[in-house]
Amino acid sequence: MEKLYPVAIEVNGKPRSAQVPARLSLVDFLREELRLTGTHVGCEHGICGACSVMLDGDPVRSCLMFAVQADGHRITTVEGLTPADGTLSVLQDSFCEAHGLQCGYCTPGMLIASQALLNATPNPSEEQIRDAIGGNLCRCTGYRQIVDAVKLAAGRLAEQK
Amino acid sequence: MADAKSPYGFRYIGAKRRTKEDPRFVTGRGRFVADIALPGMKHVAIVASPHASARIVSIDSKAALAAPGVHYVLTGEEFCRETDSLAIGVDTPKVTRYALAKDVARYAGEWVVAVVADTRALAEDAAELIEVEYETLPHVVDPEIAVNADSHQVHPAHGSNVLFHRRFVWGAVDEAFDKAPNKVKLRVRWGRSSTVPIETFGVAAQWDAGREILDVWASIQMPKFPDQLARALRLPGNAVRVHYDVDVGGSYGVKRGIKHTVLVSYLARKLGMPVRFLEDRLENMRGGDMHGPDRLFDMQAAFDNDGSIRALKIRALDDVGAYAGRSPLQLGKPVSAICGPYRIKAVEYEPTSVMTNKTPQEAVRGFGQAPTNFAIERTIDHIARHLGMDRIELRKKNLLKKEEFPYLIPSGSTYDSGDYHTVLDKAMKAIDYPALVAQRDAARKTGKLAGIGISTCLEPSGGNSAFEPLFNPKNDTTTWMDSCLVRVDLSGSITGIMGTSSSGQGHETLVSTVIGEVLERDPASIRVVRADSLNALPSNSPVGSRMAIMLGGAAAGAARKIKETLIEIAAHNLDCTMETIEYKDGNVTVRGHPDKKMSWDELVAIAHRKYHLMPQGLEPGLQAKFVWEVPTGGVLPTPDGVAQIYPCYSFETHIVYTEIDPATAKPELKRYVCGHDCGVMINPDIVHGMTYGGIAHGIGAALYEKFSYSEDGQLESGTFMDYLLPSALEIPSVDIVDHCTPSPLTTFGQKGSGEAGYLGAPAAIANAINDALAPLNASIETLPMSQDVLWRVISAASAAGTGSR
Repeated sequence: MEKLYPVAIEVNGKPRSAQVPARLSLVDFLREELRLTGTHVGCEHGICGACSVMLDGDPVRSCLMFAVQADGHRITTVEGLTPADGTLSVLQDSFCEAHGLQCGYCTPGMLIASQALLNATPNPSEEQIRDAIGGNLCRCTGYRQIVDAVKLAAGRLAEQK
Repeated sequence: MADAKSPYGFRYIGAKRRTKEDPRFVTGRGRFVADIALPGMKHVAIVASPHASARIVSIDSKAALAAPGVHYVLTGEEFCRETDSLAIGVDTPKVTRYALAKDVARYAGEWVVAVVADTRALAEDAAELIEVEYETLPHVVDPEIAVNADSHQVHPAHGSNVLFHRRFVWGAVDEAFDKAPNKVKLRVRWGRSSTVPIETFGVAAQWDAGREILDVWASIQMPKFPDQLARALRLPGNAVRVHYDVDVGGSYGVKRGIKHTVLVSYLARKLGMPVRFLEDRLENMRGGDMHGPDRLFDMQAAFDNDGSIRALKIRALDDVGAYAGRSPLQLGKPVSAICGPYRIKAVEYEPTSVMTNKTPQEAVRGFGQAPTNFAIERTIDHIARHLGMDRIELRKKNLLKKEEFPYLIPSGSTYDSGDYHTVLDKAMKAIDYPALVAQRDAARKTGKLAGIGISTCLEPSGGNSAFEPLFNPKNDTTTWMDSCLVRVDLSGSITGIMGTSSSGQGHETLVSTVIGEVLERDPASIRVVRADSLNALPSNSPVGSRMAIMLGGAAAGAARKIKETLIEIAAHNLDCTMETIEYKDGNVTVRGHPDKKMSWDELVAIAHRKYHLMPQGLEPGLQAKFVWEVPTGGVLPTPDGVAQIYPCYSFETHIVYTEIDPATAKPELKRYVCGHDCGVMINPDIVHGMTYGGIAHGIGAALYEKFSYSEDGQLESGTFMDYLLPSALEIPSVDIVDHCTPSPLTTFGQKGSGEAGYLGAPAAIANAINDALAPLNASIETLPMSQDVLWRVISAASAAGTGSR
């Protein structure tokens, strides 16, 4: 039997703890142990960004981290972007309005990258948006409607203030 | 974003509508194959051949079998004995193909052993303990060597590396070449790339011994998948149930995965345990069998002094890798648009499909049309340069005019409709072409390499795959139907049922929009579900840009039957003829008698519960199916190679402006406009999205993406660090200009658009790069025109000092 290590991670606001092998990646922990399957595996070598989650508010590649490295940290996945009342967040709704997705596979990572951008830069330029999602690959959209969606979300969030 | 109102006068079709699919994906509630967890599921890891060509001398599995959590080790010897070869697209019965190699491995990355264990990690641990002894064999990686009779043979039993070769002559080609005052000749090469979805291929399978049925969940986009799976497993078709309610994380043609599924299904049945295999990225890039065309073109054109093109000669040599599959047929689809959008009355086409010791080729967006369009468009630019004629004037001279449709091309297909000149004019206006030329010229004066590229290309759509019998006379398939079942339940709710999976094309939105249009009910209230393969009506899956046409047409046909039934019930109960019934929003009145009316709910209740009020002979319940054969289908090719293939032809023109940094050779696409005409767009946001995405794929193929092989047959770009997928920083903000020339062959005038963008982008970019290099007297005719290639060409030209700059 592989040796197991305890981890305690706050995932989407809830404390989660488990005994995991040292080699278990964070994305496999989220998907297989916690069954949070919204986070996707694309390349497993840190390029495509499909597995992006927020670690203490910053986007990271969950395929390049071990679960044990997240011990004591705060993780937000795409499931955690959805408001508790089951409605869509402004960003999620804007992705639907602008059709900023097709197959939906890269979408959770795109949402994480975009939300992190909007949290830090409420009124981003197109260049800043492209830069923020530049580490997330999409093969369906050619990025145009994703950029439109993030712009739309920024405008709507500004109106709400 | 699309306009709130339909520009075509429809109620829902063409109007801005949110898709049905998006909400589940933005909340992380998609259901991809990797999300499906079957109780007690076991996992597969693969041992792949490290050699391009080798005899498998021995396999020692003892240590692996003793490793923790391991259930089974499967080799090719058992697998090839217990299953049958995968289907072959052309008549080459000796080129058999199995998921696991037996005796000989024919490419680096080919699967040799499969290990089943409790977890993927344990399966990988055990896979490392398997000792395979190989004896390397000669190999061939260059298709021009592979075609020679004395080359190493990838499949000696076949007797040659050539899978298909034929010389088609349509029209008086030699006469045209004899008489024309001008000729050009060029060689262009389309590099080996693919659409590379972010989700790799995956499959989970479970054998139910009590019911003797195999259940399969897979990330697939493949016609006749359940049938091929059952045949390979030697099971009756009704013992295989493929579940189509699996979200597919991108495909663009390549998610075939039939070998993956036969392997996993065999293991699930053999072991009596649910088994899953998800490719990792390297398995996908090397052994996933999803590389695209890798094609050399020798092009010749004969033309008059005024630019009128008389004839083309096209020789195409396609390197399909180590096995056949459907890949040779990717040389067949271009027959349906072999002269492009141009009035060229004589064409010679000589396609050759050849095997090498590389990863096999699979269907990629456009099924061979994008490379052919690239070759034709490079030829057009060469003709312009030869004549000193403006490239746009030359195109306008040869583009078919609106009044020439329907237009029969020499190879036998009829182009349904088009207005190419207007689309080109609209695109030129959108980009302000004269200003763009001024911008390029000003940039050149400051020492920059700047170029404008234009392409005018066709997207054959509707998926009448008559290239199959054309390339294989033993295959007499002429049926390419799709279907839909529409149900109205007792509560009055509508459900549309389709029988295929989707990979982002928005088919649920398509079906609900079309049903809503016909029945005048809100599409948002219409549910669309996917039947499994035993419950589904026949579908040929989303290939060949066909679903707006075929699934849209089938859904409309079924909805119309429902509407007719409702009217029949109303006429019977209101004591009038069907012709006098007026149908609005699902409710009916008698013309001239607004008080004589029945509501949707009343009509539905009669259909479901009140047989005493039903007209005689009408089936109770309220459901209708419609199975639609592809328009223009049902005809075999003639023996001399004339074939009516695709029914509908979408048109796209790309105008792109690039600047190349002379110091680093980095190309930047600074302006990009695409004029697009795919007839009536059922959901413009979806069509635009696929077009933007197709352009991004085209930019990748033109500038970045290449499956590169070493001389000893090793894939050198098996990761995303060396196979470069363009990001939001490489893809420019593209503007699309729409135009609508309805198709006369389809239900609402729609044409296909699933391959849009990809079919014209590489051609336009290649033309832009060459325009930028023209002042150096340099050119490149090979894709991808990557930065390192550009740097070498620019450096060599600058050193030679040949340029006029």
